[in-house]
Amino acid sequence: MAGIVGYGVQVPLRRITVEEIARVWKKDGKKISAGIGVKEKAVAAFDEDACTLSVEAARKALETAKIPGQKLGAIFVGSESHPYAVKPTAAIVGDAIQASPELMAADLQFACKAGTAGVQICLGLVKSGMIEYGLAIGTDTAQGRPNDALEFTAGSGAGALIIGGKENEVIAEIQDTYSFTTDTPDFWRRQHAEFPQHAGRFTGEPAYFKHITGAVKGLLAKIKMSPNDFDYAVFHQPNGKFPKQIAKSFGIEEKKIIQGLITPMIGNTYSGSSMIGLCSVLDIAKPGEKILVASYGSGAGSDAFSITVTKNIENKRAKVPVLEMIKEKEYADYAEYAKHRKKIKGL
Amino acid sequence: MVHNSLPLQWRKYPERYYLRGNYCENCKTSFFPQRQICPNCRRKGKLVEKETPYTGKIVSWTEVSVAPFGFENETPYFLAIIELENKVKILSQIVDSKKEKIKTGAKVKKLFRKISDIDPEGAIAYGYKFKVVD
Repeated sequence: MAGIVGYGVQVPLRRITVEEIARVWKKDGKKISAGIGVKEKAVAAFDEDACTLSVEAARKALETAKIPGQKLGAIFVGSESHPYAVKPTAAIVGDAIQASPELMAADLQFACKAGTAGVQICLGLVKSGMIEYGLAIGTDTAQGRPNDALEFTAGSGAGALIIGGKENEVIAEIQDTYSFTTDTPDFWRRQHAEFPQHAGRFTGEPAYFKHITGAVKGLLAKIKMSPNDFDYAVFHQPNGKFPKQIAKSFGIEEKKIIQGLITPMIGNTYSGSSMIGLCSVLDIAKPGEKILVASYGSGAGSDAFSITVTKNIENKRAKVPVLEMIKEKEYADYAEYAKHRKKIKGL
Repeated sequence: MVHNSLPLQWRKYPERYYLRGNYCENCKTSFFPQRQICPNCRRKGKLVEKETPYTGKIVSWTEVSVAPFGFENETPYFLAIIELENKVKILSQIVDSKKEKIKTGAKVKKLFRKISDIDPEGAIAYGYKFKVVD
């Protein structure tokens, strides 16, 4: 048996509404907000980055797992906004949570699915007996070019999962995982470029939908299950609309994805997105319930997971559930947002 | 201090990242930052490394309007003397907290934040700040 033994989420305090961003660019905010299914997004403060969000999420994960940092054998931090181009975020996180120095650590990048790639690596290391516990983090302070469609959704947040293999500790067993990857240029950011580029509508059908469909179908065929065998489903959520559409295509009822659909309240947290969604489901899921998770990373690929909640979850839930945590917020106007995200020249 | 040499910063990581202080096993007193000798017991003191708790309360606070070099864009910001649960007092910035909640006696918890990141090609200094918790 191997699976999740602890989980934690960190979301910055500040929010900016889609309507406020639209006001600056003289667009119809209400219409855009309804169209993308996102009301507001979380904004990292000037003194926050993918690393600080990771550390806070990791600390919460250690708290729910009830293990000290020293027990971690590996840390993988997935992000597309690592603070350094060269120097691992994972090493900083490892030191901050006192997991160093006997530690395997690396940074991962696969657009929005680098966090779940870390989960897969940890799962392999735990199952092979190479480590006792592994920490996988999906974290981002996503960049959106001013007046670009992505600016309405590019949010900040981190989700952390600790993977272990002890039967009396696993709160959600990961039965299997399956990945689907192709070379698809739907979204990218070149070396030294400040903002990513995307291919507009091309990011939908041949990218998000094709890859998640491929991963989920592959997984279900492998484990001989159908979409309706799951009590909850969490899909990558670049906006509030895509996850609902993909759920519908599998015949999954909308009520099964609502608990894990966090993007409408905090925006797309990129590598954190599907991980935070899964953490929110773990906040309420009952023993025996099954969760289908499929991340998506542009470029492009999807990792699908079949997860079953165990009885251990009852005494290992997060102190503050995700949906409760994100209620603590403070609104920023566009000027304040531009200051915190260093979009003003000279900062 | 945060703009000083890299080796100096690096030596302070345990202090800045996870509040590692020390503790005298003789007089049962905690210290932060670490002391080289126990000021109470002198040569009889027995100091061991120990992390301080991440929670405490505000003893005194101030609002900074004119900041030192490197912090100019952060004003106005709050500084507080915080008494941690082991009675150790430390000075820290208070962030993510509404002004009306920052007062003497308010409960606070430690956060991991960037302290200084003014050189786009330089090393980032991470460390502790605190926020008021209800």
